[in-house]
Amino acid sequence: MATIPAPAIELLEAALVAELTVVDPTGRPVTYPLIPLWDGERVYMTSSTLFSRKLEHIAHDPHVSVSVTDPVSVGGREDRVTIQGDARVIDDDPHGGWERLLPIWSAKEPAIVSFLKARVALPLFFERALIEITPRRVLYWPSGDASVAPQVVELAKQAA
Amino acid sequence: MRATPAIDARAGLDKLASYPFHIATWVDVGGYPVSVAVEASVDPGTLTATFDPPAGLTVPTDRDVSLTGSHIRPQPGYGYDERRHVTVWGRVTSGMRPDAMTRVVTLTARSAWGWDESETPFFEYSERSVPRSRRYFDALSAERGTPVKPRLSFGFLALRSTRLPFLTATIVPVVLGIAIAASHGAFDLWAAALTVIGAAFVQLGLNVANDVFDSVQGADDANVTPTQFSGGSRVIQYGLVSLRQMATLATVFYVLAGLIGLVLLATRGSTALLVIGVAGFIVSLGYTAPPLKFVYRGLGEIAVAVGFGPLMLLGAYVVQTGGALAWEPFVASIPIALLVALILYVNEIPDRRGDAHVGKRTLPVRFSPRAVVMGYNIAASAAYAAVVVGVVLGILPIPTLLMLLTIPLARQVSAGLMPNYDNPYGLMAFMGVNVRLHLFAGVLLLVAYAVVIGAMAIAPGVDLFLG
Repeated sequence: MATIPAPAIELLEAALVAELTVVDPTGRPVTYPLIPLWDGERVYMTSSTLFSRKLEHIAHDPHVSVSVTDPVSVGGREDRVTIQGDARVIDDDPHGGWERLLPIWSAKEPAIVSFLKARVALPLFFERALIEITPRRVLYWPSGDASVAPQVVELAKQAA
Repeated sequence: MRATPAIDARAGLDKLASYPFHIATWVDVGGYPVSVAVEASVDPGTLTATFDPPAGLTVPTDRDVSLTGSHIRPQPGYGYDERRHVTVWGRVTSGMRPDAMTRVVTLTARSAWGWDESETPFFEYSERSVPRSRRYFDALSAERGTPVKPRLSFGFLALRSTRLPFLTATIVPVVLGIAIAASHGAFDLWAAALTVIGAAFVQLGLNVANDVFDSVQGADDANVTPTQFSGGSRVIQYGLVSLRQMATLATVFYVLAGLIGLVLLATRGSTALLVIGVAGFIVSLGYTAPPLKFVYRGLGEIAVAVGFGPLMLLGAYVVQTGGALAWEPFVASIPIALLVALILYVNEIPDRRGDAHVGKRTLPVRFSPRAVVMGYNIAASAAYAAVVVGVVLGILPIPTLLMLLTIPLARQVSAGLMPNYDNPYGLMAFMGVNVRLHLFAGVLLLVAYAVVIGAMAIAPGVDLFLG
């Protein structure tokens, strides 16, 4: 069974920012910089209800991609990965449901814990939905150089 | 209201050109977006961007393709700064470069979108996005058939909706009035405690009523640059508390204040207390409530000065003395009145556009930045002059000159106003200093009266007044 290449997982685990691209109702790609969180199986991102247009787009069309490169976080490596997948918005409890990701999030961005303690200052920013992305296909550029064709890994649907 | 200013295609390309590399994105035949890093050569003049075709992928010419640039700088323990991103959309054509040796993809830009926190600070961006959050919760509520609302813990909500930390504006003059009365030999602990609690309820009622009436009249909705010191509590705008709940809360606070006022009138009543109580109620409710709407008529600063200066201080004084009035508490209330009015005055600076939008004629709405800063300097100087003159005339005791120790704080605020006049978030630090100025000035006056009372007890023959 095909799996995501190990360096791509390293990128997901280390990167502070990734580009989430969703498809708007006109079929146009719309890209948002967000922090990617990898739980070993799926990519998670969160979105404040303040900036919830992306959630509406996902509800309309769940096809998304997550694109990552972060030389600073991975010791100067310039490799890049784009993961195409199916997204699901989880907003059963916008107030606290997303906090189940805090252990992964705070490991990557420790400041989030202190921000959360001061949620009274920006209450709506911490009303958030989870975006759960099940990977379907991986495009990986080992050198980050797009003049070289990417390694493509098709992930079995049932694997995800 | 748009969350971010609109960007046209040319401006979008201008911004895109500042990024070292770009992400080209399109939707592939499977319906999934695909992104690849490219180094585009951007020409805003011809509304185009060109880049080498990525190997192994076909950039479609029959649908929109986007080019995105983004930047963020992590700050350990702080979060991020220098956040910005821009996306430009257009159709692409594929052809040969002029050298006829290599292929090139040319994107002709049609629209753009982005955010740059140096142009729209994060807090303003968030505030402009509040209507979107409300729509999201409305949609969730409709989908589930039950109200879904944003939440805060009870403690945080109480803190935010009542603006509890601002109670120092009441506690300072009331305790000072009680201290001056005590220095005149009049002190009743229970009456003092009831006075502090009753006055606190008046201010809490004012704070909450202010949110209600500013929301009804649109002032808080029009304000997209609130800070922790200005722009109201925002709990109504954020959907945390309903307008009706806030109106009920304001009523409860005023009723409690009224009940305590009646108890004080019954037990320590005097004509002076009745007049001050009625005047205080009118000033408090009339601050934003129709028909008086002092703050909308350019009288907000005066109303706050009178309410949180002489009325609070003299009210607390006459409760203790049983109605006897004196010049000393009145003169002592002048610096407090000026400094509390200056809190409002500075806090109105970032609110001025929203206030002007709804016809709220505050001083920063009416006057130029230069005049507003000059007004600050004059009022702050007058606060210190009042103490000095009071001491020289023998009305205030000499230790009240301790208040002059806060002059550096006033100078600090004054120096920070002009450089941050159009930067609400830069101004926030000086708003904080301004609040501390009022508090510290009040505390130093209290210390002065503690010295007076102590001296009366230890050395009754020592005169701490000039003349």
